[in-house]
Parts: sequence; structure tokens; C-alpha cells
Amino acid sequence: MSILVLAEHDNSALSPATARTVAAALAIGGTIDVLVAGADCGAVADAAARLDGVARVRVADDAAFAHQLAEPVSELVVHLAGDYGHILAPATTTGKSVLPRVAALLDVMQVSDITAVKGPKAFERPVYAGAALQTVEATADTVVVTVRISAFDAVAETGAAPIEPVAFTPAAPKARFVSREAAASEGPELANARIVVSGGRALGSQEQFNAIIKPLADKLGAAIGASRAAVDSGYAPNDWQVGQTGKVVAPDLYVAVGISGAIQHLAGMKNAKVIVAIDKDPDAPIFKLADYGLVGDLFELVPELTESL
Amino acid sequence: MKVLVPVKRVLDANVAVRVKADGSGVDLANLKMSMNPFDEIAVEEAIKLKEAGIAAEIVAVSIGPAQAQDTLRTALAMGADSAILVKTDETIEPLAVAKILKSIVDQQAPDLVIMGKQAIDDDSNQTAQMLAALLGWPQATFASKVVIADGKASVTREVDGGLETLELDLPAVISTDLRLNVPRYASLPNVMKAKKKPLEEIDAASLGISLAPTLRVISTARPPERKPGVMVGSVAELVDKLRNEARII
Ligand SMILES: Cc1cc2nc3c(=O)[nH]c(=O)nc-3n(C[C@H](O)[C@H](O)[C@H](O)COP(=O)(O)OP(=O)(O)OC[C@H]3O[C@@H](n4cnc5c(N)ncnc54)[C@H](O)[C@@H]3O)c2cc1C
Ligand SMILES: Nc1ncnc2c1ncn2[C@@H]1O[C@H](COP(=O)(O)O)[C@@H](O)[C@H]1O
Repeated sequence: MSILVLAEHDNSALSPATARTVAAALAIGGTIDVLVAGADCGAVADAAARLDGVARVRVADDAAFAHQLAEPVSELVVHLAGDYGHILAPATTTGKSVLPRVAALLDVMQVSDITAVKGPKAFERPVYAGAALQTVEATADTVVVTVRISAFDAVAETGAAPIEPVAFTPAAPKARFVSREAAASEGPELANARIVVSGGRALGSQEQFNAIIKPLADKLGAAIGASRAAVDSGYAPNDWQVGQTGKVVAPDLYVAVGISGAIQHLAGMKNAKVIVAIDKDPDAPIFKLADYGLVGDLFELVPELTESL
Repeated sequence: MKVLVPVKRVLDANVAVRVKADGSGVDLANLKMSMNPFDEIAVEEAIKLKEAGIAAEIVAVSIGPAQAQDTLRTALAMGADSAILVKTDETIEPLAVAKILKSIVDQQAPDLVIMGKQAIDDDSNQTAQMLAALLGWPQATFASKVVIADGKASVTREVDGGLETLELDLPAVISTDLRLNVPRYASLPNVMKAKKKPLEEIDAASLGISLAPTLRVISTARPPERKPGVMVGSVAELVDKLRNEARII
């Protein structure tokens, strides 16, 4: 059995999401190839070759793949699909855009956002914002899966897999890249951070969000997250949203500040090892989940906490 | 321009989910069902395009049981012009939904399909991409801004790391994210008017598409509960617990 893992990268660096997806592939078992589709992405291929468990890195280096657009990348994956029983990608915004297209072109369902491997074709996945865990078994010959990266620990980087080029020219594009606006981020990446500090609606403005949340995050070496309400209100950029329909994180420590704990938010952080909640409402649902709860005004408590660290 | 908006009837986002004790699924009996929130955003975007004079006609379509008529009436009350119910009492997987939608697209010939990025029940996040693939159309998932001009769609997308803008040739499929717009409530007069708008019913079995599930659901379980935590009385106590009990900082 062979498994193809689609690498997540920005043409210069391999995302840690890939090492976690390879871990899911190892749990399935079989010969694992990593596909790097990009432009001038040699460094990414080198990094992928170092991932433990990888038998071969296949590189499609072509301007057509520069921006990881779903149409050309899915055509490429389908072109290679005949060699594989499983096709995996991390459940990032790129993986989520590309892989369902691959599945449809292969006439199979995608198993979305798996959190555990239960057998060669059986997987656990959360549904209803994580209120239920489903175990499903794929019946088709080709199994197409996106992997929730917070649920798998990255493989080590001691390997030296061979790198082979793939020549493939996709059809003329009907979708074209125009621009990208990167959200300002200085600290660790949210999806891979050991500690996450998140702020909610209670922060009241972007200025206060930055003035209260950022110093605490800096002190802890933490990434910053946010509730949907905070993102909708413009206090935080969209890609900081933690939850059912945002990012899912499982850090060692998650600090929720002025976040009530709606199920859609809990879906994105309830597998953190330790959860701290600071909220002025003692009945806020977040306290049912928190290991340590502190009731009071965040505008007093959080600066005090930052100060005392 | 004609816009097709697929809308799914799902368990309301505010209703607590109950997993059946025998592990056979989720209990939906007598619970409030609503239009999938991302699909409300899709309907709203279509109406905005119509109000801007860009879209001429909006067709809402739902695949589901007879009660999905209510979901379609909501879309009509918001401002869709007509609706199609593809009726089935079975649970239909995203791939089959995409195939059914393709057959509706073939028949309706829309210039644009706007749909939700994710159904909040199955959390699949795949139907829009599948439909685009089956049609051979370009896609823009997770849209937070849509501008239509000169036969093209300029779509800003919420992606990991920030925002990305794509230009798509039409026809195309767009999936909505939360920041695209704030869906309107249907006014009472519009709810009354919606009762007279056309709602066509098609039997899903008549389309010649295999509806049988290809993912076998083995079990549905409640997630493990976290062990109960403690309330602390002060910042000092919190810091002490984090340092000396959890040993996390
Ligand atoms: C389709 C859909 C998808 C969604 N996806 C997500 C998602 O991915 N992520 C997500 O987070 N949400 C999501 N939501 C939204 C979710 O349901 C909640 O509305 C949201 O999480 C609430 O954000 P909040 O906790 O910041 O705000 P609120 O619920 O308003 O909570 C604010 C909290 O701040 C406290 N507070 C106020 N002032 C102070 C103060 N001075 N000091 C201390 N505490 C204070 C209040 O007591 C309250 O508990 C989704 C909803 C839908 C319908
Ligand atoms: N039964 C259905 N009827 C109409 N639209 C649907 C149906 N199922 C899914 N969709 C559409 O596909 C989107 C994504 O659903 P999913 O891929 O299941 O997360 C939804 O937001 C709807 O727009």
C-alpha cells in the first residue's frame, strides 16, 4: 500500500503541518511519498526529504503551482493518484481547498479533518463542532483524507529520502492569483504554538486587544488567538480565529480571556493540555472546561498576571 | 446573471447536540432545525448582487426531506426568486450532493454558485470544491469579499496567514466565510410573499445518481470529558498553580 502526502509550504519553508500529516500516514502504514507542488521550491523538497518515514519526495516545480491554487494542484495529484491507495493533506486552508477537488475527480468521498487512525481505511473525525466523534470507514479503492494537524505529533527529521522531479503541466488556469495580504505576526505560529493566549469580545477594541493580550502572550512566548466575536469586530485578524470554523489548536497551555466558551469556540481548543479561563461571569461555560478559572475584570487581572510572570 | 445558492437544513447552531446512547448517531428528534449559517451568508451575498444590479435571478436549492421546504422558504423570504427541493429521506453524502447539484447546474445554467464553506452538522467542508471539480469550474473557497465585474469574480479569501485575492473566470463556485456579510432577517411581509414564490420539487431518485453512502459510519460517540478544574481566588494563586501544580510555565 502506498500513501501520498501533499506538502504544505510557501515555496521557501516546509510547514510543520506536513510532519504531522506524515505521522498520520505512518499510523495508516505503507510506503509514504511526499508531493511538493510549488515554484522554486527546492529547499522545501530538501526539508521534506528529512522527515522520518518518507520513502520518496516527488517535486513538481513549475510556475503553475506557485500559489498552491486548487485547480492546478488537484490536477497534478489526480495525475499521480494511480500509484496510491491513500492521498493525505493537512486540513489547512490549502489542503481543504485542494483535496475535495481531488476526491471528486476520483469519484470518492473525502474523509475530512481526521483526529485518529482506527484502521487502514477507518478514521475518527469530529462532527457537530466536536460534540460527537464519528468513526467512519472508507469503502472506495482510493482513500482521500485531510488530517487535523493538532491531533498528530510531528515525525522527527533524521531521514534522507530521494527526491525525484515530476513533470506535469496543468490546464490553462480559470482562477488566477492576484495578491496576498499577510496578517502581522511576530510570535510563534498559532497552529503549532506550545502556549496560546486568546481574547474575546470583552476586549472591546483592537487597541485594547493589543494592549492587554499581546504583553501576556509575549511574556509567555505564546501565539495569539481570538474568538469569532473578536475577529468579527475587527479586534484581531481572521486567521487568529480559534474554533469549529477557524483554527483548531491543542497547545500545552490555552489561556482564554473574556471568552464565554460557546461550543463553536470550544471545538477549537478543548484538547489543550491545560486551560485557563479569565472572565467576569462566574457562570460562563468556559469555566466548565477550564482547569484553572479566575473570575474578575480582565482589564485588572491580565495586566497583573503579565506583571507577575 | 443567474446565481444558484445551495442551502442545507441542519440542526440549529444554538441547540445542544445529544449523542444517542447506543452509539448509532445524533438525536435530532423534535429539535429546532435551521438553514446552515454559512448558507444564510451565501443567500445574503446573492441578494446583495441582485440589489447591486449584477444578478438578475437567484435560485435556491436544497437536497433533503420534505421539511427542507422550510429552509427554502426562508431563502425565498430573504430574497431568492425561486427554489428547488431535491427530495430524499436518506442521508446524502457531500459527493452525492455535489453530483445532484451538478445536474441542477446543468439544467439551470447559472453563472455563479455561492454556497457555504461548511455544513455545521457534518463539518465536511468539501461540497463546494467537489461541485467546482465536477463542473470543471474555478473555485474560491472561504470568501470574505466578492466583486463581480467584466465577466470575472474577484474574491478575497480567508486563508491561513491572512487574506488572499483570486480572480476567477465565470462561471465559478464560491464558498462563504463568516466575514463576507451579515445575513438579513426576513421581514414578516416578505415571509408572506415567499409563500407565493415558486418552489419546484424533484425526486432525488429520478436523477439517476447513486445516493448510497460510501463512508460507512461505524460509531458515533460522545467525546471524552475533561476532568473538572478548580476556581482560583487570585492572580498569585493562578501563577502558583501553573508553576507548581501544572508545571507548565
Ligand atoms: C456557524 C458558526 C460558526 C462559528 N464559529 C466559531 C469559531 O470558529 N470560533 C469561535 O470562537 N466562535 C465561533 N462562533 C461564534 C460562537 O457561537 C460565539 O458567538 C463566540 O465564540 C462568542 O465569542 P466571545 O466568547 O468572545 O463573546 P461572548 O460570548 O460575548 O463572551 C464575552 C465574555 O466576556 C466576558 N466579559 C465581558 N467583559 C469582561 C471583563 N471586563 N472582564 C472579564 N470578562 C469580561 C463576558 O462575561 C463573556 O463571558 C460560530 C458561530 C456560528 C453560528
Ligand atoms: N443537502 C444539501 N442541500 C443543499 N446544499 C448542501 C447540502 N449539503 C451541503 N450543501 C452545501 O454545501 C456546503 C458545504 O457543506 P459540507 O461540504 O457538507 O460541509 C453547505 O454550506 C451547503 O451550501
